[in-house]
Amino acid sequence: MSKQEQHWEKTRNLLFITLAIWFVFSIGIFLFGAEMQESSIRPFGYPLTYWFTCQGSLAIFVILIFWFAGRQEKIDDEFGFTEREGDQ
Amino acid sequence: MIKGKFIDNLPKVYGIYTGGFLVFIILMAIAEQAGMSAKLIGIFFVAFTVLIYALIGWLSRTLQVDAYYVAGRQVPTVFNGMATAADWMSGASFVAMAGGIYFKGYGYMALLVGWTGGYVLVASLLAPYLRKFGCYTVPDFIGTRYGGNLARFSAVIVLTVASFTYVTAQINATGTIASVALDIPFGIAVYVGLASILMCSMLGGMRAVTWTQVAQYIVLIIAYLLPVFWISSKLGAGFFPHFMLADEVARIAELEGQFGFVKNSAADLATVPKGLAGITKAHSSVNATPWAFISLAVCMMAGTASLPHVMMRYFTTPSVRTARRSVGWSLFFIFLLYSSAPMLATLSKLSLIDPTLPTGIIGKTISEVQAIDWYQNWNQANLMFISDFNGNGTLELNEFFMGGKAVVLATPEIAGLPYVISGLVAAGGMAAAMSTADGLVLAISNALSHDIYYKIINPKAETAKRLIVARVLLVLIGFAGATIAALEIQGILGSVIWAFDFAMSGLFFPLVLGVWWKRANAPGAVAGMLLGLISGTAYLIWVRSGGSGFLGITQLTFGIVGAAVSLVSMVVVSLITAAPDAATQKMVDDVRIPSGKTVLAQK
Repeated sequence: MSKQEQHWEKTRNLLFITLAIWFVFSIGIFLFGAEMQESSIRPFGYPLTYWFTCQGSLAIFVILIFWFAGRQEKIDDEFGFTEREGDQ
Repeated sequence: MIKGKFIDNLPKVYGIYTGGFLVFIILMAIAEQAGMSAKLIGIFFVAFTVLIYALIGWLSRTLQVDAYYVAGRQVPTVFNGMATAADWMSGASFVAMAGGIYFKGYGYMALLVGWTGGYVLVASLLAPYLRKFGCYTVPDFIGTRYGGNLARFSAVIVLTVASFTYVTAQINATGTIASVALDIPFGIAVYVGLASILMCSMLGGMRAVTWTQVAQYIVLIIAYLLPVFWISSKLGAGFFPHFMLADEVARIAELEGQFGFVKNSAADLATVPKGLAGITKAHSSVNATPWAFISLAVCMMAGTASLPHVMMRYFTTPSVRTARRSVGWSLFFIFLLYSSAPMLATLSKLSLIDPTLPTGIIGKTISEVQAIDWYQNWNQANLMFISDFNGNGTLELNEFFMGGKAVVLATPEIAGLPYVISGLVAAGGMAAAMSTADGLVLAISNALSHDIYYKIINPKAETAKRLIVARVLLVLIGFAGATIAALEIQGILGSVIWAFDFAMSGLFFPLVLGVWWKRANAPGAVAGMLLGLISGTAYLIWVRSGGSGFLGITQLTFGIVGAAVSLVSMVVVSLITAAPDAATQKMVDDVRIPSGKTVLAQK
């Protein structure tokens, strides 16, 4: 497998992990909105589903993107595909 | 203004600007104490901020193609994040979102989840790769990746349909705010709004829009957060509302249980002015089916990843790496406002319906409420209405009606904040609507001038001529948008949601598969774009004209139909026609690694 193919495979795997987390907090949990609302877990005292729609999911997306960017930079570094000054 | 130096000094420049704006707010507050009229304060706020944007637009004028189309590709990560956040948060986000949450509760929150979750798709599927591609516009990517003028042209069609639907709503919003703040008729205010929008973008293109959008973000975020924090402290709800409103949310649920949701008769409702609504849905409980929630969220997420005015902001960063990080910053800056909207809705609702609060009006007598100053003001502005349907002389929950905009516009006044805050909110709304309108008008006119005029009609055009064409188109599209906005045919929020569905129908899969599926070819992409757009539009027309729809897909989620047709037709047509040639495959390989020259620079 060429260097570029390996890089792409790792990139693709990272995409799948990122999209899996994204799926859970944008779609997955809202399949159980009514059940979660009754949960005794109440972040800052808010009902659970309500909290996810106001803050939880939104904040997780922000963190997820920064985490994804960091991981992707590591993959690029590993294969020497990081941009250098003057590349663009 | 020396370019390199300006970029290095950005934190200082915008630091001074922010400080200056805060001083301006304080001066206005002092002027209010000294007896300046509310009307004059509103005029000062809107006129002063708009003049600053125009000044930035003039200072950023340019005669270079690179600066005009992609701001010279040197916008730093965090500043591009702010500019994207302003580009993204429209007049609808600013003025109507808290209202939507106030009236519809959980079912509406799908928009919050969708409009933020979409950025995960932008960061992971598209933005870094399109940045590496080195294109000027979104159709530029489609046209070069798939090859052929037909693909390019189809992309321009989808882009224009989606962005134009969106931009009329934004020009409408600038007109609404300008007409209220400057006290001029709406028909004229629309053109005042248009003139301000064009001043920011015409001379400097993307470069000017970038630096005005950063300035607009600063104004709009101060204008949104300051009242939320202030109202929360004033009501005794806590100094940091985001973490401290649990009791208030519970209290609203308690009051809802106590009052009950009484259904009004059709005859009673007919007397309520158009556009106003009563509280008919529970504030915090789950009041929508999983599918209704998820389908709306999915449409907004896919639409986010397909809307060209957002995508093209990531063409302006210095590198692929910064493009990726910049998406994170964009979402962070958006999060600051979006996470505050539900808090504002909670504070607004509680202060109106809780009989134990001095501001509460439910349970008071009708004549008492009619005598309140703010009620009279907002009733006159057609944003509030009460009526004694059951004739008992007391205001009930089902007898109180409000416009969606009133949650943001009127709550500061209801909570007893000084008028200077209302002026600030008007300036914030204007900033939000202008920044989005600028991004959209530029996206359309850049696509027409670069992809249609330069790439298809006259590839030999010189720089000066290309930029003149770009500016003429910019003005024409602005006027077309303003003319339609002046007709006031659709509401602000409805047409915003449609724009996402249009973009998703036609562009989502052709963009994503262009990077992630090498086998995708031109005939497949053209089929995907056109059939997706046509089927989505057909479904919308069918449902609008009384069709029953299927699978619970409504006129707000028709993008699901369009995108499904788009995916299937793109895959099928790609597979039954020839695979892309080796040069195209190599191009996709190059897009997938960050290092090296941009794909377009290699050609």
